[in-house]
Amino acid sequence: MALIETKDISKIYELGESAVHALDGVSVKIEQGEFVAIMGPSGSGKSTFMNVIGCLDTPTSGRYLLDGIDVGRLNRDDLASIRNEKIGFVFQMFNLLPRTSALENVELPMLYNNTPYSERKRRALASLKILGLEGREHHHPSQLSGGQQQRVAMARALVNNAPLILADEPTGNLDTKTSIEIMELLVRLNQESHITIVLVTHEPDIAAYSGRIIRFLDGRVISDERNEHDEEKIALSG
Amino acid sequence: MINIPSTLKISLRALRVNKMRSALTMLGIIIGVGAVIAMLAVGTGASERISQQIASIGSNLIIILPGSTTSGGVRMGFGAQPTLTKEDADAILKECPAVQDVAPILNGVAQIVYSNQNWSTGVFGTTPSILNIRDWQLAAGRPFTEQDVRSATKVCLLGQTVVENLFGSIDPLGQVVRIKKVPFSVVGILERKGQSPQGQDQDDTIYIPVTTAQKKIFGTTFPGMVRTIMVKAKNTEDLDAAEKQITELLRQRHRIGPKKENDFTVRNLTQIMQVAEQSTKVMTLLLGAIASVSLLVGGIGIMNIMLVSVTERTREIGIRMAVGAKTWDIRLQFIIEALTLSLIGGIAGIVAGISGSKIISAVAGWSTIVSILSIFLAFGFSGLVGIFFGFYPAYKASLLNPIDALRYE
Repeated sequence: MALIETKDISKIYELGESAVHALDGVSVKIEQGEFVAIMGPSGSGKSTFMNVIGCLDTPTSGRYLLDGIDVGRLNRDDLASIRNEKIGFVFQMFNLLPRTSALENVELPMLYNNTPYSERKRRALASLKILGLEGREHHHPSQLSGGQQQRVAMARALVNNAPLILADEPTGNLDTKTSIEIMELLVRLNQESHITIVLVTHEPDIAAYSGRIIRFLDGRVISDERNEHDEEKIALSG
Repeated sequence: MINIPSTLKISLRALRVNKMRSALTMLGIIIGVGAVIAMLAVGTGASERISQQIASIGSNLIIILPGSTTSGGVRMGFGAQPTLTKEDADAILKECPAVQDVAPILNGVAQIVYSNQNWSTGVFGTTPSILNIRDWQLAAGRPFTEQDVRSATKVCLLGQTVVENLFGSIDPLGQVVRIKKVPFSVVGILERKGQSPQGQDQDDTIYIPVTTAQKKIFGTTFPGMVRTIMVKAKNTEDLDAAEKQITELLRQRHRIGPKKENDFTVRNLTQIMQVAEQSTKVMTLLLGAIASVSLLVGGIGIMNIMLVSVTERTREIGIRMAVGAKTWDIRLQFIIEALTLSLIGGIAGIVAGISGSKIISAVAGWSTIVSILSIFLAFGFSGLVGIFFGFYPAYKASLLNPIDALRYE
């Protein structure tokens, strides 16, 4: 069973008289353990696609199965539970809570699934450790560099053991060196923990880290291909 | 499903971030709660005082005054002249079933002399039943008796103020005082009673047998004349019946024909006092209600700040939703935040209210009583205000679309 399976999903926004097809019959299947990059110019529908597979939005038509669950039929609170359980988000803007320590930021998803206090703390610390943030647990986002903030966000995405990480331009606000660090961490998580990673980017360099590239244009998938240079690229940068 | 300690922590942190803003918002609640407590304290203090005064003049009291106070028609009989007699009093006790006790009173002001001291005070010629009617005990000695009344003995009971002014540290029992130059022996001392509702010193008084007053001190314009009659009804429910029975009896005794006006007035003292007490209670409620308006305004302040807070923290709300916060997680977060504001304000307001009422007591000299009930009331009310005015902002926050909220700058 595929982790992500969309069957002919469409998303239509009504703008007065005209209707905009942000997604127009997209069918995509992503297996557990894949590393997929979604590419396309702005307005191509890649963000809408990410929102739908991230359960932040529901398609107008078509079916979306996440881990076998028909997400299209769920209400707001059920979608929140699915996001909590199955999806870790990594954003371009990091989206950490300001004036809140790294540790508490990482604990955040566990506040919403009744994890007991000690367990929460243990898992948050472990997660930060995986991302190499030992010693920074009590730093606030404003005291951390961009790369460190993004790693806190990744620790937060990992902490509930979600099978899927959705990364929306995760390196968009980082310099090249830090971008490489972040991408290597994502690759490592993908390879070592078999976490499925879906990444939105418009930079071919970043997409090159993935094993599969899906390109969007005008709400449709225009190409979906294996990335042949996968292993080679990692070997080079490593 | 909701994590209260964490939510509380989040709320406190959010309030700490904008210290000034939180403090000002709380000030609204502090003033509101403080005002409610202080106003209720003033009102409760006033009605408590009135209750004490009611108790001090005696309970279930009816007073009969001579003359007619109604203005319509021609005045009959003696008009403003005394019309009551001791025999009227005796008849009331015998014939009115709702009456427990009766005391005729012939009073006036007289100069009292003891040794080289003198003092001017109210002298009351009355019967022993006056002590029961006015719920008055003796501090020392004995009361005068029916026998003293029958034989017009020259004995007297002294009020505390008279004792202090004439005797100082000497024991007055057995001493002889002169009232209008007539010697009286002191047989008893009245207990201290304090001020009357009208502010008179009730202890500045001397009781003597009514017959002695009639024959030796004040004289009478007709046999058996007394100035007033005090009546104690059997209990509060009997007051109206007693009033009616007394009126009928006296009309009969004074031979007042139908359609003629009474030559006396029956006044229900207890009822008058109860009306006063009632109006103080209404005043208390009114003060409390006005003060609660300020609490309401404080609540609107909370809503205002919470709405600003929700807008400012749109992105935070988006993040929380993205990682799994459900509708009620978000709502409770903001409700708890509003509740924290209002309850901290409420506690500070209780302190402000208690100190406020102490200050009112000290400055204005009013007696204030802070009741436990008013504290709970004000605190509970501030909690309700927090929930009520926190709900709309919280509701608004929970309806945000996570995608838009995440992109909010």
